Amino acid sequence: MKKIWSWSFAAEIFPDILKCLPVTVGSTLVAFVVAALVGLVLAVLLQTKIQWLRKILLVLVDLIRSTPLLVQLYVIYYVLPNYGLLLTPFVTGVIGLGIHYSTYLSEVYRSGIDAIPKGQWEAADCLGLTKLQTWLKVVIPEAIPPILPVIGNYLITMFKETPILSAISLIEILQEAKILGSRSFRYIEGFTIVGVLFMAVSLVASFIVVRVTTIVTRKYSM
Amino acid sequence: MRQIENPIVVYKQVTKAYGDLNVLKKIDFKIYPGEKVVLIGSSGSGKTTLMRLLMMLEKPTGGEIYVEGERIFPAIHRSEKKKVHQIKNDIGMVFQQFNLFPHMTILENIMEAPVHVKKEPKAQAQAYALELLEKVGLSDKADAYPSQLSGGQTQRVAIARALAMRPKILLFDEPTSALDPELVGEVLKVIKEIAQDGSTTMLLVTHEMKFARDVADRVCFFDKGVIAEQGSPQEIFEHPKTERLKQFLNRFLNTGKDEEYENA
Amino acid sequence: MSIVEVGTFLLKGLGTTLATVVAATLLALLLAFLVGILRTTRWKILNAILAIYVEVFRGSSVLVQLFWIYFVFPFFNIQLSAYVTAVLAIGLNYGAYGSEVVRSAIRSVPKTQLEACAALNINGFLRMRRVVLPQAIVVMMPSFGNLQIELIKATSLVSMVTLSDLTYYATVLNNRTMQTTTIYLALLIIYYLVTRPFAFGTKKLEKKLSIWRA
Repeated sequence: MKKIWSWSFAAEIFPDILKCLPVTVGSTLVAFVVAALVGLVLAVLLQTKIQWLRKILLVLVDLIRSTPLLVQLYVIYYVLPNYGLLLTPFVTGVIGLGIHYSTYLSEVYRSGIDAIPKGQWEAADCLGLTKLQTWLKVVIPEAIPPILPVIGNYLITMFKETPILSAISLIEILQEAKILGSRSFRYIEGFTIVGVLFMAVSLVASFIVVRVTTIVTRKYSM
Repeated sequence: MRQIENPIVVYKQVTKAYGDLNVLKKIDFKIYPGEKVVLIGSSGSGKTTLMRLLMMLEKPTGGEIYVEGERIFPAIHRSEKKKVHQIKNDIGMVFQQFNLFPHMTILENIMEAPVHVKKEPKAQAQAYALELLEKVGLSDKADAYPSQLSGGQTQRVAIARALAMRPKILLFDEPTSALDPELVGEVLKVIKEIAQDGSTTMLLVTHEMKFARDVADRVCFFDKGVIAEQGSPQEIFEHPKTERLKQFLNRFLNTGKDEEYENA
Repeated sequence: MSIVEVGTFLLKGLGTTLATVVAATLLALLLAFLVGILRTTRWKILNAILAIYVEVFRGSSVLVQLFWIYFVFPFFNIQLSAYVTAVLAIGLNYGAYGSEVVRSAIRSVPKTQLEACAALNINGFLRMRRVVLPQAIVVMMPSFGNLQIELIKATSLVSMVTLSDLTYYATVLNNRTMQTTTIYLALLIIYYLVTRPFAFGTKKLEKKLSIWRA
């Protein structure tokens, strides 16, 4: 009869799992950058007055948001090579995760943009700023600080989605735990460690998000 | 005189403090059955707090409160707590901000407590609710939602809702303060009608002095947490004794606050 | 194989996907309301226990929870089918998220409404059922609508614990025919179509529940 929980086994595999944490965190961060940039582009494009373009974009966003990330990853990982685009699991993962969450972030940006008073646009126009200048110098700096907490929460949400990347054989912490488990037929320690790691990192991350938000808010409110 | 009867409400040495701030200082106060008592005074003088204590929205810091001879504060024993629940049915309150239930129609608002708290048969509760709506002049609004009414209409419904529980004691906490001036009159008119046709004991906090003079049997002037002066409307409004009351009343002279009421 | 043939094959997994969605949604809703309401009470110990549940399931990942339940329960000699595992993991996870929605929606009901209840002697469970929840539920609906879509998407993960849902059949077919493009395109379309009625339904319900709003 096997013990349910073995501390010695847990201690043995802990370093191996921890070694993969940089992959998990790294894929989160790169994917987040992708999501933040693509999301911003989406949000700006969605402000367009060209109705057909807007409609197409909205359908696209709805499609991406309404279908599972897992399936989207399969598409990038298995379908694109047919068209000569062979991507590594890591690149597939960050592109998939990044694009998936860009649709969420574009929504967040939109709420930030909508919150800008109409007078600001008019003022920028009066000052003779070009469209690009208005976006870069007025809209974005004003829209971002209030939505930082929400953006931060999406960073944490994305972090918790990274185990899905194990499905395209990216060796992040869950995949590592699976491999270690299949080797020894002991799964409970590995998965528990992974769960605890996720909670620990999310906790630290949410603390950082709160800190950054207060700092940025203070800077901009002066 | 009323004083021969036993009081329906008794405050005994009641104090209320928020931290260092003493809102009520050892108040002794009695209300007799059927009496209409108006509380006046500047904001923060403690008059609204006195009322909220009776409705048990807040607890006193010290002292005792009796209603119909039963102690409602402090209620220590289980039997006392049970009594308190029963006595609550006898007290109704109308709020400054109306506080209707926004998700219920006007009729549902009025029927809610009679049906679910007092367990009255639905048909009976509905009949009485419709009767009350007629009384406040809103029969045509039975199926409307509060968001579809004006402030004055909303407050009249709130009054009907309080009446539906057939309370022995009815409390009005600045019932017209949140209303647009042109809507004040219709609400005061309804309150005055209730005052005239009922044996209901009424306690009112208001800044409408002309109205206070019309309905009150007794007026109490609150100042800094104590009842600084009380008496008949004539005594209070025509022969104020204390300097504070004179100052207070002066502020209300020529402000025109009562005009809408007279025009109604 | 044409895309229609592929689609027909994949639809074999639709029943499992829908059964998982429905059961997990019911479990999640039950937990959301139960935990959300209980966490607005003043029972400190219960509150702390429920807070741990919420933080554990929100703090780690649903896929990790799925594997954990799948591999750990057998150790306690509890044999759960892949289906029950899936429903448990997803239901517990979204129940935790939902409970936060319920809790904050209950908190959003103005204090003056509670005072009106006190004045009418409407207390305890009656107050929750007749006054607080009907108002709070309108606040909950947009978030619930989003969570519903997230939950449907999350069911695709159950293919990873051998449950034969839509995604599972896609993998099977892909291994057999290698018509990768057609298969995954069809799969994306099917998932999109599955979410539509739910998205539409929650919107409709939200409208119905908020007719009293001006």
